Amino acid sequence: MKAPGTTTRLSVQKTYKLYVGGKFPRSESGRVYEVTDSRGAKGSGGGQDGGAWLANAPLASRKDARDAVVAARKAVAGWSGATAYNRGQVLYRVAEMLEGRREQFAREVADAEGLSKAKSAAVVDAAVDRWVWYAGWTDKIAQVVGGANPVAGPYFNLSTPEPTGVVAVLAPQDSSFLGLVSVLAPVIATGNTAVVVAAERAPLPALSLGEVLATSDVPGGVVNLLSGRTAEIATPLAAHQDVNGIDLTGAGPELAAELEAAAADNLKRVRRPALGEDWTADPGTSRLTAWLETKTVWHPIGV
Amino acid sequence: MAHQKFAYAPAPESRAIVDLAPSYGLFIDGEFAEAADGRVFKSVSPSSEEVLAEVARAGEADVDRAVRAARKAFGTWSALPGAERGKYLFRIARILQERSRELAVLESLDNGKPIRETRDVDLPLVAAHFFYYAGWADKLAYAGYGPDPRPLGVAGQVIPWNFPLLMLAWKIAPALAAGNTVVLKPAETTPLSALFFADVCRQAGLPRGVVNILTGYGDAGAALVAHEGVDKVAFTGSTEVGKAIARTVAGTGKKVTLELGGKAANIVFDDAPIDQAVEGIVNGIFFNQGHVCCAGSRLLVQESVQDEVLDALKRRMETLRVGDPLDKNTDIGAINSAEQLARITALAEAGEAEGAERWAPACELPESGYWFAPTLFTGVTQAHRIAREEIFGPVLSVLTFRTPAEAVEKANNTPYGLSAGIWTEKGSRILSMASKLRAGVVWANTFNKFDPTSPFGGYKESGYGREGGRHGLEAYLAAADVPAGGRGHGEGEGDR
Repeated sequence: MKAPGTTTRLSVQKTYKLYVGGKFPRSESGRVYEVTDSRGAKGSGGGQDGGAWLANAPLASRKDARDAVVAARKAVAGWSGATAYNRGQVLYRVAEMLEGRREQFAREVADAEGLSKAKSAAVVDAAVDRWVWYAGWTDKIAQVVGGANPVAGPYFNLSTPEPTGVVAVLAPQDSSFLGLVSVLAPVIATGNTAVVVAAERAPLPALSLGEVLATSDVPGGVVNLLSGRTAEIATPLAAHQDVNGIDLTGAGPELAAELEAAAADNLKRVRRPALGEDWTADPGTSRLTAWLETKTVWHPIGV
Repeated sequence: MAHQKFAYAPAPESRAIVDLAPSYGLFIDGEFAEAADGRVFKSVSPSSEEVLAEVARAGEADVDRAVRAARKAFGTWSALPGAERGKYLFRIARILQERSRELAVLESLDNGKPIRETRDVDLPLVAAHFFYYAGWADKLAYAGYGPDPRPLGVAGQVIPWNFPLLMLAWKIAPALAAGNTVVLKPAETTPLSALFFADVCRQAGLPRGVVNILTGYGDAGAALVAHEGVDKVAFTGSTEVGKAIARTVAGTGKKVTLELGGKAANIVFDDAPIDQAVEGIVNGIFFNQGHVCCAGSRLLVQESVQDEVLDALKRRMETLRVGDPLDKNTDIGAINSAEQLARITALAEAGEAEGAERWAPACELPESGYWFAPTLFTGVTQAHRIAREEIFGPVLSVLTFRTPAEAVEKANNTPYGLSAGIWTEKGSRILSMASKLRAGVVWANTFNKFDPTSPFGGYKESGYGREGGRHGLEAYLAAADVPAGGRGHGEGEGDR
């Protein structure tokens, strides 16, 4: 028998899958696409882009997108009905789980974005802290954007934010993980459920995030992660009558305009892409309020 | 008897989960130390009079050392990015959740309150309070106190014995989130959970000096409040001591918040769902043995439903279980101290002497420990001491009214203004009553509800400032338009 270490051990590779309704399906289409690292892009011996092969990611179809919307819709009642405190704890749990997987994500981010070890580690740390930032917002946003209105009459009048519903999120193409977390966390912090289209060329950190979410008390269907061609998946999402909002961050200007027009059909709330968004900056509250409705309740005052 | 209690077998929570040391020191600068003059006192379980542990008794020298430690820690702590401070507080919240059963048992032992309350109310709220304020630490600019609100410095905090760990949480969580450091003095009858909290800080890796715990008596509290190195004073306790504190800090730059006594009216209208109201009345006055500053200690019941309400209330009171705080079926635990028992007893006697009619269910009380049966007074007038003074025990004074205006008049006829309750099916009446009641918290068709997001605090002589919610941050921040050391005392001495 050989002593351990005398042969190089062959690693076990992960099959990357979608994350829909709390489960990890392959694309119903049976399709995959080759994901390569970004370092090798200029070098030789790589795959179709010139980079080294990393994985065959699911190439999600229109049907996958529709299935994801169904799963997200199913999860709305439970998630939006959970207390803000409960949602905060669940989001914080995501940070806790992610903290323990920092090395894995740093490696995946380094591969995906061509970053040094130190830089990718910093990106992952920032992503963990971003979950914490939004965990803290769940039970505070209503106190910052809601409140009593001093109407001129004997009425109690109170405005409270409520989640919009199902939000489709096109994750940024330039930041496969910190950017992804930055667009996803505010959607669910406010009680919405999400269908996320991962960065097209670098979907692996996003797909791995599904594994973290699945073990973080996030109810199935609250977050659904799809990989594939952004334009292909986004088109049915933008036109879908059961989607209430769409974040176009990951769409180029032309696609964004098309999708916005499609979204007008049922007056989805639309967040347009902003050029050169700095994912390390203070996120502010605009990504929270984008997916909130304001409900105002009147009640007479009198004996 | 018509309403015989079910015979319940004892269901005691095990106290083995709590590992008590024979003695505890003061927690200063991250370490436990004896008092400078070596003095100690004993903490006693009020349900058995058993000595639980000996703790150091802080004196002036210890106060000075703790304030200096807090001052030293303030520079680094306040300079930390809010997100990092927040992560310490999240850690504390999580550790409190993990250790909540242990702390619940400890609190029931040291305070005498039922395990059902420490387990289901105190501890969940304690953890939630830290969790909530943890999230504010990196969001202070959004709280409405200017774009870059600054911490005040060292907070001197003195808390009461009725909710030892919860009052600690109300004090420490917002102070730390805002970037202050603290010196906290728990009450002399309930020092233990604060010392266990010091251990939670250790587990969380909290930098030394950020939290300092001084066990001791009123003299230590007074020294802390008066210490010139303290920038902010927060006190929860009696109105009498609150006024003394207000006098002490007068003329200094110290910012003050005071949560003091109460004599809340719980107002029941004739259209109220009676059974629900009775539950609310019982919860309002017998929760935590009535050791609650916002307790619904005056029942104002509309004359037309007086008999119905009182009959139902007495029936319900006959089912209350008084006894071992660690028994999971216990509704009413021990009175916190012999001193408090004497005060309750004296006021109840005054009630009888002044002509009110006293009633209590037949109720067997344990031999050792401090106990008081749930008690009801009818025929109470507004002139009676039991209608005017805070009893801070399981004693309810019943008054009646005919019109909403009369209810408002009577409810507001008190120097206090902490809380009030309204029971009616009519929403517009709830809101109209609420707008006329001079009280900081008004519960409608419920009572004694608490949440970290909800501001709590009084009008009039129930104190000033709010704890909880976005509003609770203000007490620990110097807003851009108010100089540090707020309440109108600017740095410039020349303007006086």
